[in-house]
Amino acid sequence: MKARGALAGLLRKEARHILRDRRTLAVILLMPVIQVVLFGHAIRTDVEDIRLAIVDPAPDAATLELRSRLAATGLFRIVAIERSTARLNSLFASGAAHQAVVFEPGFGGHLGGAGPARLQVITDAAEPNTGTAMQNYAIAVVRGYEREARAEGDGSAITADVRMRFNPSRESSNLFVPGLIAFVITIVSALMTAITLAREKETGTMEVLLVSPLHPQQIIAGKVAPYLVVGLATVVLVIVEARLIFDVPLRGSALLLLLEGLLFTITSLALGILISARTPSQRVAMTAVLAGTMLPTVMLSGFIFPLESLPAPLRILSAVIPARWFVEIARGIMLKGVGLAHLWQETLVLVGMTAFLLAASMRSFRVRLD
Amino acid sequence: MRRILYLAWVEVLHLVRDRASLAQVLLVPFIQLVILANAATFAIHDTPTAVVDLDATAASRALVRRFTASPHFRVLASPRSMREADGALLSGEATMVLAIPRGFERDLERGEGAHVQVQLNAEKGSAAGIVQSYTQRIIRRFSEERGAVAASETVQPAAIDIRTRGWFNAELDYRHYMVPGILVALVTLVGTLFTAQNIAREKELGTLEQLNVTPISRAEFIGAKLLPFWVLGMAELALGLGLGAAVFGMPIRGSLVLLLAIAALYLVAALGIGLLISTAVDTQQQAMFVTFFIMMIYLLMSGLYTPVDSMPQWVRVVAELNPVKHFVEVTRAILIKGAGAAEVVRPVAILGAFAAGFFGLAVWRYRKTA
Amino acid sequence: MRTLAISTSNLTRRFGDFTAVDAISFDVHAGEVFGFLGANGAGKTTVIRILTGLLAPTSGEAAVAGYDVYRESEAIKRSIGYMSQRFSLYPDLTVRENIRLYGTIYGLPAGEIRSRTDALLGRLQLGDAAAQRVGALPLGWKQKLAFSVALLHEPRIVFLDEPTGGVDPVTRRQFWELIYEAAARGTTVFVTTHYMDEAEYCDRLAIMVAGRLDALGTPRELKERFEAGSIDEVFLQLARGVAAGPSA
Repeated sequence: MKARGALAGLLRKEARHILRDRRTLAVILLMPVIQVVLFGHAIRTDVEDIRLAIVDPAPDAATLELRSRLAATGLFRIVAIERSTARLNSLFASGAAHQAVVFEPGFGGHLGGAGPARLQVITDAAEPNTGTAMQNYAIAVVRGYEREARAEGDGSAITADVRMRFNPSRESSNLFVPGLIAFVITIVSALMTAITLAREKETGTMEVLLVSPLHPQQIIAGKVAPYLVVGLATVVLVIVEARLIFDVPLRGSALLLLLEGLLFTITSLALGILISARTPSQRVAMTAVLAGTMLPTVMLSGFIFPLESLPAPLRILSAVIPARWFVEIARGIMLKGVGLAHLWQETLVLVGMTAFLLAASMRSFRVRLD
Repeated sequence: MRRILYLAWVEVLHLVRDRASLAQVLLVPFIQLVILANAATFAIHDTPTAVVDLDATAASRALVRRFTASPHFRVLASPRSMREADGALLSGEATMVLAIPRGFERDLERGEGAHVQVQLNAEKGSAAGIVQSYTQRIIRRFSEERGAVAASETVQPAAIDIRTRGWFNAELDYRHYMVPGILVALVTLVGTLFTAQNIAREKELGTLEQLNVTPISRAEFIGAKLLPFWVLGMAELALGLGLGAAVFGMPIRGSLVLLLAIAALYLVAALGIGLLISTAVDTQQQAMFVTFFIMMIYLLMSGLYTPVDSMPQWVRVVAELNPVKHFVEVTRAILIKGAGAAEVVRPVAILGAFAAGFFGLAVWRYRKTA
Repeated sequence: MRTLAISTSNLTRRFGDFTAVDAISFDVHAGEVFGFLGANGAGKTTVIRILTGLLAPTSGEAAVAGYDVYRESEAIKRSIGYMSQRFSLYPDLTVRENIRLYGTIYGLPAGEIRSRTDALLGRLQLGDAAAQRVGALPLGWKQKLAFSVALLHEPRIVFLDEPTGGVDPVTRRQFWELIYEAAARGTTVFVTTHYMDEAEYCDRLAIMVAGRLDALGTPRELKERFEAGSIDEVFLQLARGVAAGPSA
């Protein structure tokens, strides 16, 4: 009875700590809000506004027509019209141009008469996928013009009708929201927990708690429980925001999503506890969380970079990262609209990880200060 | 001057004697670099593809062979019907379905152009777009070659001869593109976090008050806090670049000296942010949280993961306020595109302004008071 | 006429509604050992912070070493030494490194620092511990070291904020010997404490109660005025006077 009263007192104290530390609180609450807005707009790989340089030594009707076609697509923005390729290096190097179309002199003449008309499409392929996409676009415009110029069907043309399933609009926002939820939970839970516990160790207040009649498990539970609430609150915040601002779908069960979110929050909390138990200071704890959870969450969970592009060893590594499983679950619920029937395996993996981490952290949290 | 040097030396001593932190600050960037450089790629291989060939002619089989031969695709055992293929898509067994309708070859030979149907699992959005790009490229090449063959048979010249050239990344190795950016991100993150929590730590310990009573000037104090991490950051960057070149074959097409000179400027700006935050918070926890929050926004909007050019206009404007964005731009320009001083004048000038601005603000904000 | 090391007039400091320092006026002569007594929370640390230039007063005047606390705080900092309540030496630096740090900050040339370090270590008999980390030293040694570091640059005035907290009586006595040595060399010592027995060691005392200066004088004067056998009794009378309300 005494212990339970003490636990309640501990909970109250933690809650007060959090509420009084305005700056940290502001960060925790503001972060998801700002992130959703930013990520929604910033994390895109769509190619648009391609800065195009034209090299047209001898403009004629054909080149002018092609040039205006390119501009008319809305995809290209002509940033330079040159007579020679002299400045191209500099334009590309400074980023002023992404692509260049280089016409040969006498292009129009060749087009109308014998012999093919030549042009070059030079693309900044430093970023390979963007390069490929830009190249495809440019060539498509040119071929379209070619078909019309020949005034006949191009028997050899093959058109692909592409249908995007499960995410027809391919809104970038739809894609990152599940990952963002994972990310936010990780920060709030793992980072905060690790730092808070480490700080108590540093300032010595942990000693006082350990001497009290509370069990170590109760101490941890008491310190960590408020962050469970905060974590869940931010999850709800992110989802609501995503739906309101970006119309991200939630085709499956919201309840299931929240429950899975709760599960993942506990996982992250356990990770935070484990890290704080093993690190001597706040600074070290923080860096450990960043290296141990944050970066892997961003890089290896499928949040931004597709899992499909991971080389084999990293794909194996990603299987060990809880965030990866949660992202898959969240995407399944939100975008595909599937339920536990489809997701029970992933959920089981997550439960397993959580149990393991909790056990490990409880054991690490020794009764004495080492 | 002597004062700054000795104070900076004291900072080094602090760091060196904190074993855990030292290990982190030295190792974390490099280990992460190696892991993440391999993870940060958008190139996709072995996309599981279900092909439904309802035509079963020479032409259709030739097209399918193109996909089989491509490293980007892994053609699964052909399903017998569209329904089966659809099921494979839903269950996740296949990411893409290619359906060639009956009459494909006939349409091509009649010169009416042919259609194929492509369905992509767009859950993991960016992957879908990329795979689409690959698909388009394969189909286009197939189409052009057939057109060339057809043309030579009917003595009809191709109207436009397009030569394509991709600059800067002949090998299309994603790591060349990503490594510089990841290195910058890591060094920045670690450096800024350390400087930010530095002053807060002194506040918590009480040593800051002691310093405030001395005649040390604000600029000296802030400068001494900056210097050791600046040196460390430069060393890490230089080493990281060497590592990138040696291990990943990252190109160094421009002047390394120029890059390091600009890096010197950039680090003052980045670390200055950390110091500025440090003067505005009371505890280490706040310092770390606020810094992390801001750094995260900076990193995600820096063009490191996703191109700045893909962001909407207003986000791009905000990105102009991001020193990381400018430095990543400069790094890529110099290393991958071989840019010289003339091509990077603008971002360098901006970085210079940031460096002076943040450092100045940090000094101004720091008050030698209780 | 001896010069005034410190002078204050109606010095006041408010934090929002709370008045930490309430219109206090006193002077400290050069070379004095001046004690500032009071219970915890009476306002002593706030006064030190004002006098060392860390905090600006809300109203009133004060001058330290002839410099005004409002406008010339940096000049004050050049002329004083300070030992804070937490004696802020860096625990992970060695004794020598700490000394050299503060010596450098106060602008002493390297040679000077070396010779003064040796002298200091000799006086404190810390020679063997010179290369040890301060964090590993026992409390008493840390305090004596912090005090000596505060005097390293031979300031005219040194401020000590509760310098003997948590230390055994023998060490406290040793500490006060160091203070006397400094005073004998002409350094003005301004020390706050809540140990009433230490009050007897001071040349003159000021006693603060709830932000106000309730008594000022030599220990003997105060004991006579309040008809008390010890400063402890004087203090209790003052404190009770507050609890009972304003006296007639």
